[in-house]
Amino acid sequence: MLVHSRKAKWAVWLVFLVLFLPLFALPLLVVLGASFATNWSGVLPSGFTTAHYTAATRGESLQALTTSLVTALTASLLALALGTWAALAAAGLKKRQRRLLDALFVLPVAVPSVVVGLAILVAFSKPPLLLNGTRWIVIVAHTVLVTAFAYQSVSAALVRLDPAYEQAAASLGARPVYVLWRIRLPLLLPSLTAAAGLCFALSMGELSATMMLYPPDWTTLPVLIYSATDRGALFAGSALAVVLMTATLLVLLVVSRVRTRASYR
Amino acid sequence: MSEVVRRVRAGGGWSRPRGGSRKSNTAPRPWGVALAPVLILTLFFLYPLALIVRQSFQPVSAYADVFSSELFRTALWTTVWIAVASTVGCLVLGFVLALVIAFVPFPGARTVSRFIDVYLSFPSFLITLALLFIYGTTGIVGSFQFLATPWGVLLAEVTYFTPFVMRPLLAAFSQLDTAQLEAASSLGARAPRIVRQVILPEALPALAAGGSLVLVLCLNEFGIVLFTGAKGVTTLPMLVYSKAILESDYSGACVVAVVNVLISVGLYGLYRVVSRRAGA
Repeated sequence: MLVHSRKAKWAVWLVFLVLFLPLFALPLLVVLGASFATNWSGVLPSGFTTAHYTAATRGESLQALTTSLVTALTASLLALALGTWAALAAAGLKKRQRRLLDALFVLPVAVPSVVVGLAILVAFSKPPLLLNGTRWIVIVAHTVLVTAFAYQSVSAALVRLDPAYEQAAASLGARPVYVLWRIRLPLLLPSLTAAAGLCFALSMGELSATMMLYPPDWTTLPVLIYSATDRGALFAGSALAVVLMTATLLVLLVVSRVRTRASYR
Repeated sequence: MSEVVRRVRAGGGWSRPRGGSRKSNTAPRPWGVALAPVLILTLFFLYPLALIVRQSFQPVSAYADVFSSELFRTALWTTVWIAVASTVGCLVLGFVLALVIAFVPFPGARTVSRFIDVYLSFPSFLITLALLFIYGTTGIVGSFQFLATPWGVLLAEVTYFTPFVMRPLLAAFSQLDTAQLEAASSLGARAPRIVRQVILPEALPALAAGGSLVLVLCLNEFGIVLFTGAKGVTTLPMLVYSKAILESDYSGACVVAVVNVLISVGLYGLYRVVSRRAGA
């Protein structure tokens, strides 16, 4: 459209490749390559091995993977419930009040996650709510951090929702709760699953707040990757990172299948 | 056509402007429904934040101590300049890449834009991990301490955050009427001029929104800096972490946290205003 001559087109594509490949594809390929290697001193990694993966799927690492999965699932479900509830409530409010709620629920995006971690550490290290040292402090922090994203996606979807259906149902005598359960939530299902996937991915990769909070028996996968690279075990760390990416992508794939089925219903 | 008829019947003769504000006829829900989530958020987010502010004033001299320390001033300056430079880098790079994907499409361009979506779901420290192999002491490029300098952090942040600019840009480009480009082109405008006078004005809201989001995320970035393991690069989030966890100086950590929150929330507020103006 923009560039018409064949030569210029190829030149533009070449520039794109030169910028895109080293910046975006290379990092992922490097991590993938390193995870199968014992040594990297030349251009290519050397000493092919799958030992890092054997180590990454048992013992401490397997436990970290389960910890991450449980944390991310719990946090994203809690965040989805909280965010959806708030977004539905906000949609029924007057403009000024809705703006207030918008600002409140979006605030956790702007506050640095390290600070969220510090704040939760300071607040819940003493009674009445003593969460420090339990797994719940990590889950609470993740929930707070991802709720904002759930709220944003659901309220964006609510704006686009055609009110004709719920009005038709209401005019036929359906109660608000019934309309919510049978009309609005089913119509929102595609965006709810999208929001759940986003929250899950963010929680799986969360490092900053977790570093401030994690108890010794609740080490998530990113924390384990950090401690591996910190003591110089870069290759083992890469294998763990590939496991993390694969687990995230698999769950996202399942979620997106649910989404397509929901939107064709 | 039948869709229109059905809508009119169902809704009682109203029509909804596309993308306009939505006005529900169902009775407005009372404040009570919103109360529960607000209370939960207050307990787990606002109350802890308030405690941080309180703790930062105990002792009262904490602010003076932190502000007078050389480490804090260096960290503040490093955080701000790396964030601003990364944002500029992301904007330029993101604009060029999105331009090619949208207007000089090549086979596989759709795959690339899907790849960008996937990329966004990976944690940021992966980039630093990869850079450790490329630029680390025993890396591909060789043993020079590139990653331990602010430039290493800058490169990692540009790499990780550019997709955050590309996504809103691609969305904006997909709504641009290509007839405008054809008209400009048939009137004799060359590609650089079309980009400057037709595409850029259309892209400005998306650039502003994406850019300010990236600025806030860069100011708050922790994983990338942590993974470089560089003692030479200290940013504000890094300082919060090292003061609280490594030195157990909670008052100092809270002071730095308050400063960091003020900068980030201020900028994020600006971002919300800008993106609302842009009609997002």
